[in-house]
Amino acid sequence: MKRLLVVLFALPLALGALAARAQLTIEITEGVDNPTPIAVVPFAWQGPGVAPEDMAAVIDGDFARSGLFAPVDRADMLGRPSSEQEVFYRDWRAIDTDYLLIGRASVSEGQMRVEYELFNVLRQTRVLRGGHLGPASEARMLAHRVADDVYEHIRGIRGAFATRLLYVSVTRVPGGKDYFRLTLADSDGARPIVLLESREPILSPTWSPDGREIAYVSFESSRPAIYRQELATGRREQLTSFKGLNGSPAWSPDGNTLAMVLSKDGSPDIYLMDLASKRLTRVTTHYAIDTEPTWMPDGRSLLFTSDRGGKPQIYRYDLRSRNVERVTFEGTYNARARIAQDGRNMVVVHQQDDRFHIALHDLKTGRLYVLTSTELDESPSIAPNGSMVLYATKHSGRGILAAVSVEGGFKFRLPAREGDVREPAWSPYMTR
Amino acid sequence: MKYLPVAGKLCAVLFTALVLAACSGSDTKDQDDAAVAAAAAEEAAAQAKAAQMAELQRLEDAAAAVGNVFYFEFDSSALTQESINQLNAHIAVLRQETDRNVRLEGHADERGTREYNMALGERRANSVRDYMVANGIATYRIETVSYGEERPVAYGSGESNWSQNRRVELK
Repeated sequence: MKRLLVVLFALPLALGALAARAQLTIEITEGVDNPTPIAVVPFAWQGPGVAPEDMAAVIDGDFARSGLFAPVDRADMLGRPSSEQEVFYRDWRAIDTDYLLIGRASVSEGQMRVEYELFNVLRQTRVLRGGHLGPASEARMLAHRVADDVYEHIRGIRGAFATRLLYVSVTRVPGGKDYFRLTLADSDGARPIVLLESREPILSPTWSPDGREIAYVSFESSRPAIYRQELATGRREQLTSFKGLNGSPAWSPDGNTLAMVLSKDGSPDIYLMDLASKRLTRVTTHYAIDTEPTWMPDGRSLLFTSDRGGKPQIYRYDLRSRNVERVTFEGTYNARARIAQDGRNMVVVHQQDDRFHIALHDLKTGRLYVLTSTELDESPSIAPNGSMVLYATKHSGRGILAAVSVEGGFKFRLPAREGDVREPAWSPYMTR
Repeated sequence: MKYLPVAGKLCAVLFTALVLAACSGSDTKDQDDAAVAAAAAEEAAAQAKAAQMAELQRLEDAAAAVGNVFYFEFDSSALTQESINQLNAHIAVLRQETDRNVRLEGHADERGTREYNMALGERRANSVRDYMVANGIATYRIETVSYGEERPVAYGSGESNWSQNRRVELK
């Protein structure tokens, strides 16, 4: 954990305090039937001065965005306990909350310590207590870690709030060249930092499996090229700049190989680059379009989009046997697969009635479920715990990010205050 | 494609003619006759050159008139008859001006995924390139690049906007 916090702390310094004009906000558009009520009492601040962050509000936001919890309104709380002795269960039974979360935060020599206690109101017992330590500048990340702990205790799966997002935001310049910005933000859209700004397109941002590096495509040289960039230092390296396409970078689960699309030998094909030696291996050799590779979690096969059957569909390439098999059959357009860590839930862009939606394809049963109802949905990205899918769509003529639960019942939007936002990439779990 | 000013080339021709005229101040008749013949030949060459320049100008005007943007149907990289007519005008110029290179930029509309559209834009640019190569333009003179759906001309949705974005631009 210590190492991660150092990395995160160094990041704004390394990149400079670039203005981020595409701050995201949250609008929940569709809820679930029976979310678990939880009361998050404002954390007691044990000085000096004023608390740098409303930790409880950050946690409330996380719970609300999960769709699985219904945070209790502060105005309804009958008390503000910050230790177990101050908890009166009847106050919390009276407002029908299942859980109660209290906490305390303090700062010493730039280090913030946050401690919390979780109570099951019905059973009238404390069920969890814990704490986190980190730089005071990372107060929000500490709050997300508390939310992760509570989520994991109640839901039985790891929380994904202490994670980050990459996305591309665009400011239109009609008749001229648009501004493209590659932005890094917390999982709730807070604290956006512009990593790269260009008048030429930036696309396909993606994460290394340890969350320390990213890769993306930039046209800054007037041609597409794949770059990798270290987040802590800002150090970056151009990996490819071949004739033709240089696209769709995808890190292997072991972090050693980057899958990509190159068309230097004719048609777009999937290649693997060994990142240590930079040696390339060609994976597909079809005259059709082969693109958008993504790795299965076990690293033994790749999913990719190909129109070798006439229309784009998802195919799977087995790295050992070199066999290619078609995966999707429902509909005339299934593209850009992303797979959950369980190796079973695959999300794709699926065309239905001339509209493009995000669909979930169960690799075990072969069944496909359309998750979204908006048009022009694209670029799905799955949370590392497999609970939510973040994607890009259009709303009132502007590109925005939106999210849907993998079960499909819960949806929210993350519109930017200005400009178009697209191509979200949800980080893996950050190393603790 | 940049149309070099024809005026520059005419200047060079005129300059050559002036130098030859200045050198022709000779005394003997033979020399005079030779000079006259040379001047006549030079004048004929200059006229031929001028005619060639005029023809090139006419071809360039024709190419400029048809425009340098070729449009495509949805999910298609097939050249339309209109695109072929346009391309023929550009090919006529490129055959005359063999030192000119072109860049073909392929684009897609916003429907579908970005990287697939990147491949589609390349397929469109290649489709134009292949037609040019088949009609005598050397491959090395043609650079292709795809921008996919990243550089729309029309920002809105609907076919009226999408049809403007499915294009190859010749530069």
